[in-house]
Amino acid sequence: MENVATYAELGKYLGAGLACIGMAGAAMGVGNVAGNYLSGALRNPSAAASQTAMLFIGMAFAEALGIFSFLVALLLLFAA
Amino acid sequence: MATEDSTGLVFHPMDQFIVRPLFGDGPVHWYTPTNVTLWLALAVLAVWLLFVVGTSGRALIPSRIQSMAELTYGMVHKMIEDVSGKEGLRYFPYIFTLFCFILFANMLGLLPKSFTTTSHIAVTGVLALLVFLGVTILGFVRNGAHFLGLFWVHSAPLALRPVLAVIEVISYFVRPVSHSIRLAGNLLAGHAVIKVFAAFAAITVIAPVSILAIIGMFAFEIMVAVIQAYVFTILTCVYLKDALHPAH
Amino acid sequence: MFSLLQQTAPAAVDQTIIVVPADPAAGVVVAETETVVAAGHAAADAAGSAVGMPQLDFSTFGNQIFWLVVALAAIYLILSRVALPRIGRILGDRQGLMTADLAAAEDFKRKAREAEAAYDRALAEARAEAGKIVAANKAEIDAELKVAIAKADAEIAARAAESERRIAEIRESAATDARNVAREVAAELVSTFGGRPDTAAVDAAVDSRIKGAVQ
Repeated sequence: MENVATYAELGKYLGAGLACIGMAGAAMGVGNVAGNYLSGALRNPSAAASQTAMLFIGMAFAEALGIFSFLVALLLLFAA
Repeated sequence: MATEDSTGLVFHPMDQFIVRPLFGDGPVHWYTPTNVTLWLALAVLAVWLLFVVGTSGRALIPSRIQSMAELTYGMVHKMIEDVSGKEGLRYFPYIFTLFCFILFANMLGLLPKSFTTTSHIAVTGVLALLVFLGVTILGFVRNGAHFLGLFWVHSAPLALRPVLAVIEVISYFVRPVSHSIRLAGNLLAGHAVIKVFAAFAAITVIAPVSILAIIGMFAFEIMVAVIQAYVFTILTCVYLKDALHPAH
Repeated sequence: MFSLLQQTAPAAVDQTIIVVPADPAAGVVVAETETVVAAGHAAADAAGSAVGMPQLDFSTFGNQIFWLVVALAAIYLILSRVALPRIGRILGDRQGLMTADLAAAEDFKRKAREAEAAYDRALAEARAEAGKIVAANKAEIDAELKVAIAKADAEIAARAAESERRIAEIRESAATDARNVAREVAAELVSTFGGRPDTAAVDAAVDSRIKGAVQ
């Protein structure tokens, strides 16, 4: 019985750590958005200013999924 | 708290988010003045100071505070106009309220020993639900059943449209979830990371690195505070645009 | 060694205490740390945090939502009743003033351009006037000069004629005198030689002689 609880504890930490891998995806996504924005802006600097709003919207969407994985990690650590 | 223990580090990254009554130790009823109340009130005070006291000169050549207020006004005004169109400007006060509240709550949360109201799902959830319900009701009132055209992608092949409609409906209902969790999660993560670094400062050898890391993280958090307020507002504008012009 | 948790502490304490016999050396330290964490967390628990993540403590949701709605209403009232109309008016006034100023500047610019054109026109007129005056002066001087030259020419011609006349007179008188002298001399000579001068013959002889010499 005690072993079960210990393993559950172990699983929680492992799961939290694994959930953090999801942040890598969000990082790549946000980097992709910013990088593509930059390369587009360098090609056509006059259009860059009008597209910053789209940059932030895209970053927000990409980042939200990373936040979800972070949330899963937190839930496992503190609330499970 | 328990730092006299020399054998190990003590991490309390989540303690800063605990809701406590301001006076005494009683249970938290819905009307109890808590630290949430205090920091919400301070946010209201900050808004009042910037936008009412700061602009009280009504100067033609603005003072610094007045020009900050004017710049904020102009930025949100332009954002709504660019994203939602001219019709969106009717809802300018509501969106500006959201922006100001989130901005000031985020920034006040960065003060040491403070309480970050916007790091709580309850708070951001209410904000996101207000936007979601407001936009949905507005969409139906203005467009009637045409609002459902938002989910029926006319540019797609006919066979794909039902599938896309299901996906669109799901993504529509996920909106408030991601809208609220994005804001709360960003602030929660940043503040928790700062607290973790702060706990490392208890070890003398690592302390300088830890303090530098806190400084860097803090600067990053200031940026995040502003950007998240901006992102929340601009997404509200995007949703508002969908309600005003549901055609895909 | 590092405990990232607070709320699992009480449970963890139980476990570690059970685990202690298996690994006494490590267990003691762990138990010590956990106890400290548990003690630290007890205070937080007493303050009303039932779960490890305060965000998920549903007992405080009512409180947060209530005060949030109050705060939002307050901000909305402050902004929509006072701040936004005021800022809008300030910006509108400034825009209006700027438009007026720009119009005034445009006006001034136009006036300046007009003044410049007038100046240019005046300059051109003055230049033309000066040219005309120069030309007129030149013509006048030319005419005067011509008159003066003609006058001088006439005078010179008159003088020359006078001189010629005088020279002719002198020459005439000189010829007459010479004839008279020659007649008188011839008559005297004739009388001296004892002859009776025949006046007419003497005159004819003198005249015929003189004709070749004087004329």
